[in-house]
Amino acid sequence: MRYLPHTPDEIQAMLQTVGVKEINDLFASIPASKRCASPLALPEALSEVDLRNTLRDLSRKNAHGEDWISFLGGGAYSHYIPSAVPALTSRGEFLTSYTPYQPEVAQGTLQAIYEYQTMVAEILGLEIANASNYDVSTGVAEAVLMALRVTEKKRVFVARSLHPEYREVLQTYLKNQDAEIREIPFTPEGTLDRDFLKKEVNQDAACVVAGYPNFFGVVEDLSDVAALIHQHEGLFITATSEALSLGIFQSPGEMGADIAVAEGQSLGVPISFGGPFLGFFATKRAFIRNLPGRLVGETVDKSGQRGFVLTLATREQHIRRERATSNICTNVSLCALSSAITMALWGKEGYRELSDLNFQLSETAKTRLGKISGIKLKFSGTTFNEFVLRSERPPPQILEQLQSQKILGGIALGRWYPELKDSWLFCITEMNQQDHLDKYVEALQGILT
Amino acid sequence: MNLPEDLKYSREHEWVKSDGKTATIGITDYAQERLGEIVFVELPNDGEEFEKDETFGVVESVKSVNDIYAPVSGRVIESNDPVVETPEILNEDPYAEGWLIKVELTDPRELKDLMSAKEYEAFLKEEGE
Amino acid sequence: MKNGNLTRSGIQFEEPLLFENSTPGRKGCSFPTWKGKKHDIPPALARRQPARLPEISEPEVIRHYTRLSQWNFSIDTNFYPLGSCTMKYNPRLNEEVARYTGFAHVHPLQPQETVQGCLQLMYELERYLAEISGLSAVTLQPAAGAHGELTGILIMQAYLQSKGEKRRKILIPDSAHGTNPATAAFGGFEVVQIRTGRDGILTPEVLREYMKPDVAGLMLTNPNTLGLFERQILEVTGIVHEGGGLVYGDGANMNALMGKAKPGDLGIDILHFNLHKTFTTPHGGGGPGAGPVAVKKFLEPFLPVPRINMLPGGGAASAGGGPASGWSGAPTYALDFDQAQSIGRVRAFFGNFGMLVRAYTYIREMGPDGLQRASELAVLNANYIKARLLPHYHLPFGEGTLHEAVFSDKKQKDFHVSTLDIAKRLIDYGYHPPTIYFPLIVFGALMIEPTETETKSTLDQFCDAMIAIAQEAQTDPEKLQKAPHLSGHRRLDEAKAARELKVRYQF
Repeated sequence: MRYLPHTPDEIQAMLQTVGVKEINDLFASIPASKRCASPLALPEALSEVDLRNTLRDLSRKNAHGEDWISFLGGGAYSHYIPSAVPALTSRGEFLTSYTPYQPEVAQGTLQAIYEYQTMVAEILGLEIANASNYDVSTGVAEAVLMALRVTEKKRVFVARSLHPEYREVLQTYLKNQDAEIREIPFTPEGTLDRDFLKKEVNQDAACVVAGYPNFFGVVEDLSDVAALIHQHEGLFITATSEALSLGIFQSPGEMGADIAVAEGQSLGVPISFGGPFLGFFATKRAFIRNLPGRLVGETVDKSGQRGFVLTLATREQHIRRERATSNICTNVSLCALSSAITMALWGKEGYRELSDLNFQLSETAKTRLGKISGIKLKFSGTTFNEFVLRSERPPPQILEQLQSQKILGGIALGRWYPELKDSWLFCITEMNQQDHLDKYVEALQGILT
Repeated sequence: MNLPEDLKYSREHEWVKSDGKTATIGITDYAQERLGEIVFVELPNDGEEFEKDETFGVVESVKSVNDIYAPVSGRVIESNDPVVETPEILNEDPYAEGWLIKVELTDPRELKDLMSAKEYEAFLKEEGE
Repeated sequence: MKNGNLTRSGIQFEEPLLFENSTPGRKGCSFPTWKGKKHDIPPALARRQPARLPEISEPEVIRHYTRLSQWNFSIDTNFYPLGSCTMKYNPRLNEEVARYTGFAHVHPLQPQETVQGCLQLMYELERYLAEISGLSAVTLQPAAGAHGELTGILIMQAYLQSKGEKRRKILIPDSAHGTNPATAAFGGFEVVQIRTGRDGILTPEVLREYMKPDVAGLMLTNPNTLGLFERQILEVTGIVHEGGGLVYGDGANMNALMGKAKPGDLGIDILHFNLHKTFTTPHGGGGPGAGPVAVKKFLEPFLPVPRINMLPGGGAASAGGGPASGWSGAPTYALDFDQAQSIGRVRAFFGNFGMLVRAYTYIREMGPDGLQRASELAVLNANYIKARLLPHYHLPFGEGTLHEAVFSDKKQKDFHVSTLDIAKRLIDYGYHPPTIYFPLIVFGALMIEPTETETKSTLDQFCDAMIAIAQEAQTDPEKLQKAPHLSGHRRLDEAKAARELKVRYQF
């Protein structure tokens, strides 16, 4: 047992110090009738080499990037992760440390999070950011709960074009809260229905939640929506699945968002079948006491040297217990670190550059795919690196045929949107090599003719 | 322990100084010491009314949050803004500069239920301090 | 303060912030140049103020973060006896496996037949956790322990609603983790605190007083936060069940019980695991974790969607299906999104899959005997520390310690030395401090959990340090009050941080 260091002699010596005869005596407080009578029914232990082979075999039962061409987005994006990122995050000092409750011996994590908070606030264009949430889906739910606390109102307007799974999570979170969800329809351009908003949003509205870009990849100027909800003293919340888009498109803060949440996975975190991901959470300074999750602040030590500590802990569960702003205990520190390192490597210019590259790839794909007969673009709005395609032929059929050519061709939308059962979501990033699009176009032409 | 003779005290560790019509309310020296370094104070707006034993504000130290309970019923006529700006005043001078609010009393008879300095001292002893 | 404050302090540097090291024009990345036709975005949509990310070269980034890492205590560098956090060794093989491209680069919305490996791993991990907990069904979706608690409370709520019952209260012992009351309140329950009995455990007599018809259930940590097994657990869960309530188990301390007792057998109806505690996924400086939830059979319909099912005849196919056959043959595992009574989703996709891979690998490494041995040695280690420190530190609740021991500063108080002073002084000796001032029912608590992966000699050295500190408290209290002396930073002013709230760099 390579993780367990005890020798029989040591165990004997320890038992003697403790004053019992055998280890089982230490479990005497468990009712005898309920102690495990037989070993756990689990597979027998494996040696390191067998274990490695077993897991490798299991991983090979999945289709993945190396043999396959993928055009999947929809809230999880394949982007290049610089080699420096895993090299640094796999350092034991970061990997195997705990939440920095003892700041004198956790300055590394604390300073890194403080820098992360600054960079996230910058990207989202807001004043402050927390130390991260689990992911953006739970971030949306926390943002709405925060809006309910701040406004003391109950009606929540949520865009139908927001990622369907984020909406499902929000529904779960609001189940036992005194709140009501209203869905905002989308227009033929894929944008928010302004007529609906103007008619329905009034003083009872706690907040409006919009995807930016939305689930269809559409980017729109939402300043007018922000102004509308502000007029009724509610908050404007944006949720961004693809944080890379904000390298070229205006930031949520610039549009007037009060709370901006985003999925940070695109910035240095592997897709990993959907988790762990990274929830960016930013807001205005005025709401700092209503912020969920951990927060790092600057201070000095006894000798006057600058240092960092977890602060405003009084909002949190371990002090406030049933009156906490949220029950969140962890952030996702290591993912936050990955994204911080990635942001530091990209820098101001690299972030814009990669963002623009994705936009160029996508616009080119849009032009080429739009020319294939039998395929149309579903929405006319501006998009970032993904967009919706439409065809008379049922998308599940098309995608299945692409799959037989080892192409993961997109995400059929009918599962969430009956009105879009003729459509699928297509995404392209810098990870798609030049010939990928050629192969996709060729395969589609073959299928549709 | 500093316990001025001219003040009245509550079991929730507030002090009250009253002329019979209005009252000034703060937290005791004992309370500020128990809390440790105070970092945040939240006080009600002028005109807000509350009943005796209702909470009217919050005092936070680094590691605790405490509601402040009204020792008497009243309507707020003034809040101590400098304490909100500079919470450490509460640690340094709880009985003078660190007062929290001034109220107009709804029921001056409630003053009788409060403790004298001596009684409060005995109460603290009983509490194990 | 550009490049400022480069002062030496021992062997450490004060590392400037990234932003203070930024030089316009530098960058640490290179991307393919776009050679095609250039498309412009509509000006109205363009970002006006660029994000002021630092401008630094790759070698500078490496040095920056390497230096920062050196300021952290970690399991890899120091003994980390943080009570309630189970800081055991994090195996490196698990890290390697989680990075296999067949796991790390699989998309969550891929067709199910192309992700059979992921689904098999998750299905089997669910079965393993069900076996370890003695419960029937498991969801892996919750992203952390507190998230698992939330899931569990929502399940409890949904179950009661399905029976048309309106029970508003949840009972929680005063020794519980803060997440318990926070979660219960969030689930829409009123929290009623129950006092712990004199010997540190819940007593049936006290519980009976509280178990009224409006009580939905009890949230219980077992072993509790004092490291004690709830000896009366069968009576306790019996009382709750008789009263029509459910028992929620906080699995934070499962490291004491693997293969020794199953929570399901003890009357627990819902239990969350902390994979980052018991099952060695790394803490990462505060996450990501994973908080699977296990339930009894009658609660299975309420678990979050999607569920993972094995298809009829799947067992045989699974055993026979070799690598690379996953997507061509008939799928063995399928996702089920259609559960009428489910509480819904608690997060997008399927949970923290990368953490599930690590936990799965750990369980396969250890096997049934290894897991049981791990719990036994964790308990032996804790009891050994308890025995050695007992003459020197006050132990308020002593009977039946399992995986952790909770001391207090009562003896040191006479010399004006507090738990905080003891904790900070331990840093000088090279140890991470224990969990302090928790549980709240022990004044000045020092909660020590050594875990099973520490050697006797490490424990001895730690105990020697603790004993030396107890002596210093008598002879040189000031040394403790001013500790730490040897860390990169002296004691930090938390009050200043909370008053000023500087939570980002100001450009």
